[in-house]
Amino acid sequence: MATITAAAPRAGLPGILRHRALRKLLALALVAAILVPLAAARWASGSWPGALTVDVSEPLGRASDWIIDNRDSHPLFLYFFGHVSNVVVLAVRAVYLALLAVGWAGVTAVAALVAWRAAGPRLALGTGAAFLACGLLGMWVPTMQTLALMVVAVAASVVVGALLGLAAGLSDRMHRALRPVLDTMQVLPAFAYLLPVVLVFGIGVPAAVLATVVYAAPPMARLTALGLRGADKEVLEAVESLGATSRQRLLTARIPLARKELLLGLNQTIMMALSMAVIASVIGAGGLGDRVYQALASVDVGAALAAGIPIVLLAVVLDRVTGAAGARLGEAPAPHARALWLYALAAAAAVAVAGRLADALNWPDGWVVGIAEPVNRAVDWMTAHLYSGVPVVGGTADWAGHFTTWVLDPLRDGLQWLPWWAVLLVVAALAWLIGTWRTALTAVLAMAAIGVLGVWKPSLDTLSQVLAAVAVTLVIGFATGIAAARSDRFERLLRPVLDVFQTMPQFVYLIPVVALFGVGRAPAVAAAVVYALPAVVRITAQGLRQVDPAALESARSLGATSGQQLRQVQLPLARPALLLAVNQGVVLVLAVVIIGGLVGGGALGYDVVFGLAQGDLATGLVAGAAIVCLGLMLDRVTQPTERRTKKGA
Amino acid sequence: MRMRTTRLRTTPAVAGVSALLLLTGCGAADMTRQASPFANAQGAKTVTLSVQSWVGAQANVAVAQYLLEHELGYRVDTVQVDEVPAWDALSQGRVDAILEDWGHPEQEQRYVEDKKTIVNGGDLGVTGHIGWFVPTYFAKRHPDVTDWKNLNKYAEQFRTPESGGKGQLMDGSPSYVTNDKALVKNLKLDYQVVFAGSEAAQITQIKQFAKEKKPFLTYWYTPQWLFEKVPMTEVKLPPYKEGCDADPEKVACAYPHTPLQKYLNADFAENGGDAADFLKRFTWTTEDQNEVSLMIAEQKLSPEEAAKKWADGHESTWKKWLP
Repeated sequence: MATITAAAPRAGLPGILRHRALRKLLALALVAAILVPLAAARWASGSWPGALTVDVSEPLGRASDWIIDNRDSHPLFLYFFGHVSNVVVLAVRAVYLALLAVGWAGVTAVAALVAWRAAGPRLALGTGAAFLACGLLGMWVPTMQTLALMVVAVAASVVVGALLGLAAGLSDRMHRALRPVLDTMQVLPAFAYLLPVVLVFGIGVPAAVLATVVYAAPPMARLTALGLRGADKEVLEAVESLGATSRQRLLTARIPLARKELLLGLNQTIMMALSMAVIASVIGAGGLGDRVYQALASVDVGAALAAGIPIVLLAVVLDRVTGAAGARLGEAPAPHARALWLYALAAAAAVAVAGRLADALNWPDGWVVGIAEPVNRAVDWMTAHLYSGVPVVGGTADWAGHFTTWVLDPLRDGLQWLPWWAVLLVVAALAWLIGTWRTALTAVLAMAAIGVLGVWKPSLDTLSQVLAAVAVTLVIGFATGIAAARSDRFERLLRPVLDVFQTMPQFVYLIPVVALFGVGRAPAVAAAVVYALPAVVRITAQGLRQVDPAALESARSLGATSGQQLRQVQLPLARPALLLAVNQGVVLVLAVVIIGGLVGGGALGYDVVFGLAQGDLATGLVAGAAIVCLGLMLDRVTQPTERRTKKGA
Repeated sequence: MRMRTTRLRTTPAVAGVSALLLLTGCGAADMTRQASPFANAQGAKTVTLSVQSWVGAQANVAVAQYLLEHELGYRVDTVQVDEVPAWDALSQGRVDAILEDWGHPEQEQRYVEDKKTIVNGGDLGVTGHIGWFVPTYFAKRHPDVTDWKNLNKYAEQFRTPESGGKGQLMDGSPSYVTNDKALVKNLKLDYQVVFAGSEAAQITQIKQFAKEKKPFLTYWYTPQWLFEKVPMTEVKLPPYKEGCDADPEKVACAYPHTPLQKYLNADFAENGGDAADFLKRFTWTTEDQNEVSLMIAEQKLSPEEAAKKWADGHESTWKKWLP
């Protein structure tokens, strides 16, 4: 049966691959045979040898003291960071006051009408409903604060990202220099950014906005560069032959041709910024994130949800509107497009003025629906009945206990028991098998850096949690993804659920997760699975659906059952998508395992939380750097195939 | 210190600075004196209070906020920050006051003594105490567990999957003051300190244990509203003596009883008008604080409603705080 796969030309590939893989392994074994005895003899210890670590806590502590002592007097702060900070505050304030001045009716009308023009009447209705829902939940003012912060952060991210992307898109040297930086930034968990920014800017909105920009700009830069580089060669040649200058070429051909990627970049940037808006509440971002965070402190899931839903709504609306706008790009504009825009703006202005005249700028207090209480009752019921003593299957607490004892503990102890050089060797082998010697080198160096920083053990603890969570995510994710790819109805049902879980702030489900699984590493893993699943399901389903219909057709005509089609045609052909799903799963899981430090996950996550809470730069920054290295290593070990195909395309 | 300053002042800084000067065309911008962009939105006098993550602190702030808004006509913004960053924010004037501080000698030295950007605002009126606690239902069955010398005998019963074969001593948020790791080591206890990572996680876990009447040993503190829901008994550690916790590595004694303090930003204390006077006079009892905390945490009233309820019933108490 396997011979009928449409990928006949690829038939020779596995042979070569195996051959090449064998060669790589042999080479690695040779290197190892020389280096390992040397290393083992010189530094004979299971864990990372103490002689190879560098203690950075002293200089970091001094740096932190210096910053605190000089923040209000040194010119660097007075004339540089001070102005940056001022500009951010002024911008956010201006947007916030404008939103308040337009009033709730005006904001809703403007949003709905913009959505109408950009994406059609259905999304316009959805947008209007979403904004009204924010008000109904009693979250109007926090929503506006978050919106103000988002507008400034997204605008800054888009400008920074587009400039970087432009540079990388036009100059090969810039591209080579920027790519590793952007790659690294994409795998950085948001939590790792916070501490350095806080130290310089202090708690508050400027720090939150800047952390958001650093987090959200890379996708814009990547996609801008991708769009500019992917422009059709023939079109460019045609434009050139018409005698256009390089600036004209850029403005009239390359940028318009890259519109799709630019919009996708905007979309991604908005999504990243929104997810950061909540995490940044830890450093005083205010708005919706702060409400979620404060509700978390009083163990009030209902209140956290009431603040979390507006975030989900904003995210879904912005995602759909930018997505629909992107899809419409290719179409010819409607006949009276400009006039319709004018009508839309006039209507929005009319609503805003009416709201002003009626003196109804603030959301009316009476129009608030309290959802906190029923939600809390539901959560209480759930945790009371599922926690333990469920007949036959046992309660969630028992599962968590078994998972910790039988999966997490052996995995952690196993990893920590392995000699350090063996860990490096395994990393090198994996990365080289999937990628090139360069990726292998990056991965090994990243892993070694963790050892040098002196956080070998906690890092392996975190790694064990990541591995366990990724395994669970992949099993559930692939199964769900396959089901979604095979049934349209199931996929339609699944889509809103995935949307919600992909955009719901992780803080909201940290508490129910503890109530179900107790304190420890198990809830951290559970939260990570919940967060990473949607992306894995999506990519899997999409990959399976994009399999060449001709290949499927030929398999079917040869009488393959649907199970055989799946196993022998769809899954092998969707391999790149599945690998991408693994990679995304790993990166997302790592991000949440770190946040799991808040629910007893311990290890690096705890160190980062500790560093933030105690203002301890040495602990926090070292843990943050270790997380970066871990992310880099995991990314390199799981990804390169996808990257290579992208480059080829 | 001076040396380093001059060195860092050179090239890159100068380049960046001059570029920005050209850009903005104006002078120094001291970001340490900068309000939140959301403050003063309706043109009112604003006070910014720091709320720490525990509910007792929320209760202080809720009542202060309610009275400032309804009696003195201020607008109050609250920021939730951890303790140490809150000191930093207070020094910069990002927040005007911390209403409940559990003792941070290092920060006191730096900001109150050296930089003089923060001043002490007097006692809150509540005395705080940190300790190790077991649930009272367990202490009743095994009265000798309340002496630390017998803890090893019960280690088996306090075991969880996270504690790796030892008894579990549950600690809370990393922002809290704790010597527990050193204590376990120095008292030679067969226990493993497990950090819940946040107070919310710790409370949730304690409640789940209590629902099943399971034994547990936890780091906890009074005053705390949770005692009303889950009665707990303190385990006696070797008695506290002045200075016995000086070396964090060698601590082998109980935690002290700390009269909780208020701290105000120095500028605000001087020029803060009625609000500053009010906050300096703000002082109440443990019972008062617990009453409000319970309303917030257990009855799930919003902090504002809880504060209103308390204020309606205790007019004589808060009348004295008004300037």
